[in-house]
Amino acid sequence: MEELQNLIGEALEAIDRAADTQALDALRVRYLGKKGLLTEQLKGLGKLPAEQRPAAGQAINRAKQQVNDALATRLEALASAERRQRLAGESVDVTLPGRRQAVGGLHPVTRTIERITDLLGRLGFQVAEGPEVEDDYHNFEALNIPAHHPARAMHDTFYFDGGLLLRTHTSPVQIRVMESGEPPFRVIAPGRVYRCDSDLTHSPMFHQVEGLLVDEDVTFAHLRGVLDAFLQAFFEQTDLKTRFRPSYFPFTEPSAEVDIQCVHCGGDGCRVCSHTGWLEVMGCGMVHPNVFAHVGIDSERYTGLAFGLGVERMAMLRYGVNDLRLFFENDIRFLRQFA
Amino acid sequence: MKISNQWLLEWVDHGLTPGELGHRLTMAGLELDSIQPAAPDFSGVVVGLVRQVAPHPDANKLQVCQVDDGSGAPVQVVCGAPNVAEGMHVPFARVGAVLPGDFRIRNARLRGVESFGMLCSAKELGLAESSGGLMPLPADLPPGTDVREALGLDDLVLEVDLTPNRADCLSMAGVAREVAALTDRPLRVSGIAPVSAVVDDRVPVSIEAAADCPVYAGRVVRGVDPGAETPLWMRERLRRAGIRSLGPLVDVTNYVMLELGQPMHAFDLARLDGGIVVRRARDNENLVLLDGQEITLTGADLVIADDNKVLALAGIMGGEASGVGQDTRDVFLESAHFTPMAIAGRAREHGLHTDSSHRFERGVDPALPTQALQRVTELLCGIAGGEPGPVVEATGAAPREAAPIMLRAARIARVLGTGIDETEVTRLLSALGCHVEPMAGAWRVTPPGFRFDLAIEADLIEEVARVHGYDRLPATVPPLSPKLGRMDEARVPMARLRHLMADLGYQEAVTYSFVDPEWERLFAPDHRPLALANPISSELAVMRSSLWPGLVRALRHNLNRQQERVRLFETGLRFVSQDNELKQESMISSVACGPLLPLQWGERARDLDFFDLKGDLENLLGFADGEVHFQASVHHPALHPGQSAAVSLNGVPCGWIGALHPELLDRLDLDRAVFVMELSLEVITRGSVPKFSEQSRFPAIRRDLAIVVDADCPAERVLSCVRDLGIPSLRELVVFDVYTGQGVPVGRKSLALGLILQELSRTLRDEEVDEVIEGIIRRLEQDVGATLRA
Repeated sequence: MEELQNLIGEALEAIDRAADTQALDALRVRYLGKKGLLTEQLKGLGKLPAEQRPAAGQAINRAKQQVNDALATRLEALASAERRQRLAGESVDVTLPGRRQAVGGLHPVTRTIERITDLLGRLGFQVAEGPEVEDDYHNFEALNIPAHHPARAMHDTFYFDGGLLLRTHTSPVQIRVMESGEPPFRVIAPGRVYRCDSDLTHSPMFHQVEGLLVDEDVTFAHLRGVLDAFLQAFFEQTDLKTRFRPSYFPFTEPSAEVDIQCVHCGGDGCRVCSHTGWLEVMGCGMVHPNVFAHVGIDSERYTGLAFGLGVERMAMLRYGVNDLRLFFENDIRFLRQFA
Repeated sequence: MKISNQWLLEWVDHGLTPGELGHRLTMAGLELDSIQPAAPDFSGVVVGLVRQVAPHPDANKLQVCQVDDGSGAPVQVVCGAPNVAEGMHVPFARVGAVLPGDFRIRNARLRGVESFGMLCSAKELGLAESSGGLMPLPADLPPGTDVREALGLDDLVLEVDLTPNRADCLSMAGVAREVAALTDRPLRVSGIAPVSAVVDDRVPVSIEAAADCPVYAGRVVRGVDPGAETPLWMRERLRRAGIRSLGPLVDVTNYVMLELGQPMHAFDLARLDGGIVVRRARDNENLVLLDGQEITLTGADLVIADDNKVLALAGIMGGEASGVGQDTRDVFLESAHFTPMAIAGRAREHGLHTDSSHRFERGVDPALPTQALQRVTELLCGIAGGEPGPVVEATGAAPREAAPIMLRAARIARVLGTGIDETEVTRLLSALGCHVEPMAGAWRVTPPGFRFDLAIEADLIEEVARVHGYDRLPATVPPLSPKLGRMDEARVPMARLRHLMADLGYQEAVTYSFVDPEWERLFAPDHRPLALANPISSELAVMRSSLWPGLVRALRHNLNRQQERVRLFETGLRFVSQDNELKQESMISSVACGPLLPLQWGERARDLDFFDLKGDLENLLGFADGEVHFQASVHHPALHPGQSAAVSLNGVPCGWIGALHPELLDRLDLDRAVFVMELSLEVITRGSVPKFSEQSRFPAIRRDLAIVVDADCPAERVLSCVRDLGIPSLRELVVFDVYTGQGVPVGRKSLALGLILQELSRTLRDEEVDEVIEGIIRRLEQDVGATLRA
């Protein structure tokens, strides 16, 4: 018995001192293996008197259990220490930047067009397109702007030999859409337009979005409703004030220009709005009966609303860009701001 | 149009402050541009009468004046103005006066002589840009009268931007009519009394171009005083309207144009030979205009001529030879109606734009000429004397007769979305000068002759809406369309491709559609670009046939601004002439140079190469449906012959990819490799609707093959050779390594192919796979001379 106690004491001490899992494994073999010291003890039971055997057997089994438990505990402790050590060696500097390709971005004009088409798309307007090199008929004549009309002077048109021209507005798309189908129409046409004019506030090329809604009961009230809703949504200002001023476009009657309360000063008057509190953002009106006549639509049966806005203007107001020319320099330091 | 509020108030007592008036005009479509004071602030300036002028004892250019300022005792003032004279009435700034620019007048001693105040020029009072001397004031002004009061300077001038349809508001009479209608106040019309003829002189007038000139009224005035001066009140009104005073003969015609809207012209009677003819010019006739410019005329020009020569470009500008001058005593006054069609475009054709052409091309009231002629005679004779002859009136084609228009109440409601009170409709249309006959649910409206813009019902509805006020009309969102439009799912949205490019690291650019012809030629030497007839500059003169010139220019712009790594893309049209037809094709293009990745710590830095770009292009083409082919054997003149390919999709050419040609780089001052691509959006956005296919649940087997082929054998040949075998179980085939060097014979290269084989309904057996692989090897040996790599 005393021998057994010594053996346990010696084993537990050795387990406690084991430096790694390998040493621990050696101890398991030394005490509990097939020829282990405790296993040998069991084999020696036969030499004992029969009446002592059960008690001695139990004692040995308890000892085995005790050593086994100690081995497991120690193993867990060593394994966890080793894992900790391995993990410590694997740690990285998480503050170092990630490995990557840089993401690019969309041009602010595209970004603005996408926002406009997305918002108006929710009102059912679908995108339509037309050519940029246009003929006189679609750009002017069919829009009720005959030759020598004073309104042509406002357009500063780029011409090509042979009568073609660069469209001066996206309005010809109205004509092309109406020529190609039957009402109702509910379209928007974003795109490039061209005017022979270049200075601080004019670019020879810029972008417009045209809108057209033709149906049996379209009214001026709808024009106001659509544009109010659109402008409030575009500028994310539900209380944005708008103002419809009578104006003149040969292809609409009645016609209006739309002002919004200055988004810079909130209408108090500042440099951006020339101290008027208002910013002109678009032109609009009810489709002129002469335009309907050109495309063979009965203006007694159908009425229509149309509008056009300048994309750069909207982008400048929305993002605070202060120079029109920046849009066409394509300086990536500028472009990245809109990614 | 500049409107003096004081003058306007004589026509209509609108009862509004200038600010309110400006707002009303703006909201009626006459957009207020600015409100400016008629004169800058100054005070303490009175009418002074120069009693005595004596030379300054110690200065040649100065005079010592005794000025009566109404205070009793004469005031001594030293003055340097060249025109100072005894008996002259001039503005006198007393000591303590404050002139524009906060210039305070104090006692002064000028070369030893005391001066108590200052005699002023128009410029010093802010009433002129420049002055030659003191500003003469009318002799009937009593000394001591405040000058601001005497000249009515406490006035505001409203500048209004008129749209081209509102020519009727290019006069005080027209603006007043509009304001009266807007404010519902009476319009005070002062009648114009005919001025009877005193002499019998007349110039015969004949109208050859009858359609262009419905009315031509003229009259002779003999013996006007060449020394007469335009009265101050008229000069002031002209000044506030932005018109320079040029002597009574010209001033009165300009004044009546401002007052009534009728442009007029005064000829020097002595320079006319025989009668007046209104006719079209003969081709190549010449005319020297009042501004000294000589123009060559064509049959499209309408002219005023006499028996021998062209006198004036009708309705646009007079001629130098027949114009009035300093010594003109006898004049012939013209007051005519020229149709908009006759004048429209003609001034612009000659590079001219005058107050007269501006009005005529927009439309002047055809009833005005005789009235205006009476008015101008009255003013002229009042100012410069003279004896008028009888009015001679010739008529051409009958002027445009305004036809009655039916305006339906129901239509107003249908267009505006709300009805308008019927008495309001009658009132406002009448106030605008229309003849209005109310009927049941409608009006029969005859527009006045001065409203060229009112021709159809819609025009009247606009008038109703406009004067009623757009801001009083309702606003409602229209109901959604009951039909959903077609949504073509097989068409790849352009936005998707743009977003992909952005995500691949490209920054979107927008470049001009017109480019430098020199650049265009460098990129497409064989194409004749579409040239603008009137380019804005020689650098933006032809339409691009590719998006590359614009993008490369933008790339260079960025490289020149210390950006090392530039990747740009653009979508837009290119303009290609093909078989006498212009094609406008929507393209997506990109340009890239510099390091593949942004500067970072974890990757080996290297510059982007052909295959990086090709990977991006393959991603773009991934949306399209079909087989992509890269052909190296055709060459693009702008691209490196060994690093470029024509791209086609299902056999349809759709674009190019490659490195810019090194010679082109030199020409463009670019010192590093630049990679570009361009694809037709029409072709590559044709995708398909996804279609489900069953996936195998049995294990796949991967086999790798290392083969050696000739170095110039395209990988595509090897791959299609395998694909053409049509092995049903072959799921994937990739090239995962290309190697030349040790172990591979010179002139050969090693390709590592990865094959994944799988059956849908069963597990493949090794022997089957071995058989397939052997078949592949045999075919590669035969077709591309491949050997297995040892």
